Amino acid sequence: MRIFDPHIHMTSRTTDDYEAMYAAGVRALVEPAFWLGQPRTSVGSFCDYFDGLLGWERFRAAQFGIRHHCTIALNPKEANDPRCVEVLDVLPRYLAKDGVVAVGEVGFDSMTAEEEKAFTHQLELAGEHDLPVLVHTPHRDKEAGTRRTLELVNSSGLPPERVLVDHLNELTVEMVAASGCWMGFSIYPDTKMDEHRMVTILSDFGLDRMIVNSAADWGRSDPLKTAKTGRAMLDSGFSDDDVDHVLWRNPVAFYGQSGRLLLDEVEAEPAATFEGNSVLRGQRPTGQE
Amino acid sequence: MSTLTDHLTPHLDAGARSRLDDLVHELDDDPDRISVLFPAVARRVARGPAESDDPDGIRHPRLEDEARVALLATLAGVWRDRPERFDRELADLYRYGDADEKRGVLRALSAIDPDPGPASLPLVDDALRTNDVRLVAAALGGYGARHLSAESWRQGVLKCLFVGVPLAAVARLDEREDAELARMVADYCRERIAAGRSVPPDASRLLEQVPWSADDRPERERSRG
Repeated sequence: MRIFDPHIHMTSRTTDDYEAMYAAGVRALVEPAFWLGQPRTSVGSFCDYFDGLLGWERFRAAQFGIRHHCTIALNPKEANDPRCVEVLDVLPRYLAKDGVVAVGEVGFDSMTAEEEKAFTHQLELAGEHDLPVLVHTPHRDKEAGTRRTLELVNSSGLPPERVLVDHLNELTVEMVAASGCWMGFSIYPDTKMDEHRMVTILSDFGLDRMIVNSAADWGRSDPLKTAKTGRAMLDSGFSDDDVDHVLWRNPVAFYGQSGRLLLDEVEAEPAATFEGNSVLRGQRPTGQE
Repeated sequence: MSTLTDHLTPHLDAGARSRLDDLVHELDDDPDRISVLFPAVARRVARGPAESDDPDGIRHPRLEDEARVALLATLAGVWRDRPERFDRELADLYRYGDADEKRGVLRALSAIDPDPGPASLPLVDDALRTNDVRLVAAALGGYGARHLSAESWRQGVLKCLFVGVPLAAVARLDEREDAELARMVADYCRERIAAGRSVPPDASRLLEQVPWSADDRPERERSRG
């Protein structure tokens, strides 16, 4: 089973996770820029985070044989904080970079006017930078938030196949299926969606434009939920090719629209260094002491 | 391709030069576009080592470095009457750059003629604070050789020996090396030997070329107090 996890926050995960993910078949992933749990209070803190997604975390993933890409955006929750909104001015510099495969996560958290303004602006940036968009749908008032999301996408003029609407469930999948956007599902241990409900949705709606992710982060979550969904599909009678369709070819097709995916085989190089620092704590790489 | 920058891109083939030409035209039309063109250079023009035995671009600029240098040389020309604007953009490109982009800025500082002046020296200082061999090597190019103080430049050369940057990457080494650098390198070698470690060949070569005296040693120890 080869797996592309299209939404996982590796900055919050351990090297054990990287090893387990590789063993389960994960060879590539996308890490969306998001809220860190602890609110940011300045633009500089966003920039350092973006630099980490493009630098250290990409290097760290490669140590474990996994290709790392990211999406860059002002997330919906912090779009409400005037101290953070100025980050919109530096986004173009980051959206031009090689490791960035979409604008995201954008969308709604509490459905405020400030969120809608940032969302609309970033949809425009996606058009200007020729990038697809990853849209977060809210935990609260999800149906209304998803409906408004689709209205804004429609009025942005972006082609729906360039937009992935994430964190869907049984109540929101149908309207997104009808919109032509890609449908994302975050498989969690006890909220959002589980792998067995996911298999039922795949049976009902088919495999096209379907994206399955673990969305693992600093909360209770499981970076192997993609692999577990693959196994649940096989147990329900889906074929190996069906699993590959959902867990590899679909995310590759969606993010591949950026023209910036790098999917050649990553050889784990435990002795490599990033800016002179190795993940081998206290043990200098070969050739140096 | 502009003949003004051809000499900066000796390893780019015709296709890459044509693609670079597109970016140069975009820059001529709107110089502020540098903020999004500069990061996209490897993707849009060319990527890879210029010399097969130098994959990380330690001794020679890589293909994307050559293209980035050409873009910044173009920008320096467009903004020749606004040098402070050019300096500010260099600082921003460096601040928001990943390691490849930072290296491109450092390479450009050394390659642009006329010399951009000392305003960008803080970028070189920043690069010398990292342990990234790609940045340390680029920081000790021609611009670093022209502008770094003797103290900073010697510390940079010593850092090369520590992190494994070949001294062949250091511009104007023959002109700037002096007895104090030799004294520092000799101390470094003594520490290595005391620890039972090998001495880097570059360190031995430098000590053979520069006269230094054991008499320097007590003077240093006095100054330490």
